[in-house]
Amino acid sequence: MKVMNGDELAAFIKERYGENIKSMRVDKFSSNGLKKSEFHSVWMRVDRDVFKDVIRSLKGLHDEIHMAVASGSDIGDEIELIYHLNLYWGERNRQLTVNVGVRIPKDDPHIPTICDLIPGALITEREKQEFLGVVVDGIPDSRRLFLAQNIPEGYYPWRKDKEQKEKMDKLYRNVHEEGV
Amino acid sequence: MGDTSYTLPIGPVHPALKEPTMFQFTIEGEVVTEVDVRPGINHRGIEFIGMRRNVLQTLHLAERICGICSIVHQYAFTMATERAAGVFEVPERAQYIRMIMAELERLHSHLLWAGVAAHELGFDTLLHLSWKVREDVQDVLEIISGNRVNYAMYYPGGVRRDIPPEKIPRIKAMLKHYAENFQTLADTFLDDPVIKHRTVGVGVLTKKDAIETSTVGPTARASGVYKDARFDQPYEAYADVDVKPVLPSAHGFDDAGDVYAGIVVRLLEVAQSLEIISYALDNMPSGPYRQEMNVNKVLMMLKKADGEGFAMHEAPRGEMCHYVRLKENQDNVDSWKVRASTYNNILAWQRKLIGQQIADVSIVAASIDPCIGCMDRVAIVDAKSGKKTMMTEADFHRLSVEKSRRLRK
Repeated sequence: MKVMNGDELAAFIKERYGENIKSMRVDKFSSNGLKKSEFHSVWMRVDRDVFKDVIRSLKGLHDEIHMAVASGSDIGDEIELIYHLNLYWGERNRQLTVNVGVRIPKDDPHIPTICDLIPGALITEREKQEFLGVVVDGIPDSRRLFLAQNIPEGYYPWRKDKEQKEKMDKLYRNVHEEGV
Repeated sequence: MGDTSYTLPIGPVHPALKEPTMFQFTIEGEVVTEVDVRPGINHRGIEFIGMRRNVLQTLHLAERICGICSIVHQYAFTMATERAAGVFEVPERAQYIRMIMAELERLHSHLLWAGVAAHELGFDTLLHLSWKVREDVQDVLEIISGNRVNYAMYYPGGVRRDIPPEKIPRIKAMLKHYAENFQTLADTFLDDPVIKHRTVGVGVLTKKDAIETSTVGPTARASGVYKDARFDQPYEAYADVDVKPVLPSAHGFDDAGDVYAGIVVRLLEVAQSLEIISYALDNMPSGPYRQEMNVNKVLMMLKKADGEGFAMHEAPRGEMCHYVRLKENQDNVDSWKVRASTYNNILAWQRKLIGQQIADVSIVAASIDPCIGCMDRVAIVDAKSGKKTMMTEADFHRLSVEKSRRLRK
């Protein structure tokens, strides 16, 4: 297994996916302890069309890729998901954190599942579905996970648009009187 | 479902579980054939709350995510915030204090788990022994921070309190106490025939499964996965200490991924934490312990910040991470994702439970060390008279202040 550092990985992904990579940056952290050893973290924003291929390429680099978590934010008309992955773990100070961001429009909130590549992504994909209202195509188990079963369909707590905010506020205001 | 299988729910609140969660087992005779884990019973929407508060408020909220390993959330949140803001330089002394606190927490958390595991096996004497031993580290945490839980130590750009030289002898006394008692505890856990009988070969997670499901922490290491955030990506003061992932096979045991291997890993990690604390105390650099003492200035730095950060910390239960996004001219955290260790171990739980006897469910469930809530200390019974008195919040406060004073002497 060839081990890349942040810059090399950024160049590798850019070369392979060109226009489909919207942005790329490498964060370097070197103020660690007295030894000041350095580690890297790669941040990229990719098009939805190539998202799964990017993940597949990363898995190609290190078959035992570790899925830390996917975070999600409402950024207006779109939802941004960021998949935080760890490559090259297993040796001292070799791990490279790769953060793959992808934006999906709210009126077509579909994203392919990566559970077939990394089964450990299931929990976080289920969570993104219920909290942000994204639809993960091909997810092996699409049931709710953390949200109470009796919260009605169509309530997404992490959405920040007016409609969802009003819905959530109403739900919370009445929670003591009626229960959820 | 065949004629002979039954569905057995355990939870949401059940004596076999120390926290509210829900399992739905399909059992064939006494053997579990299918498991459905349904968490969320205790979901408090902390991220939702945090996104409506400013960064320093969220910092203290983060500590309240967990009642046991509260500091790990503060640690990861602080690091993620610092990376998002990009204007903080953490002094080296602060990095060392952060590491000492994190390792003290691992000590008390692993000892607490050891007690819980003993209890789940019906070995309550060992529960009391483990928790008695644990009191010493709790006292040290109280001496350093003033609290047994929720230490409020971390802060963007450093820590909130120094560890002054006069407190160091007490911490060293604790290290000595543990070094002397460690072997007794280890022998009791590892050589007891009943414990062996109940844990060897029970709740097995294979190495392949552990890697596939992105399992973290001692649960993964018990299966032979050579992974530890402090080693894979040494952050802050961990760059200076030679932490290696603790695998049972390196110490003459099997990387079997069963409950017994989990006990081995956690016990050896207690010894490892003692070494780290001892190193940190001896090599702690001098200098400031916080970059900026003025709270309003810190808030302004955070308000001006625009960016995102992601940080990982090896908690007692495994790697845990926080993602923080800050927006310019906005007080509140724009986006926040908390990923606790147990979150990544849910799938491992499922694989560990299949094929188990129903009687072993509670120890297997406890074997991943799920995050268990706070202890309560409410009713006091006088053993002589049998008289029960209820303690109020004011009584607790008085007792707590008295004890802090006593310890300071």
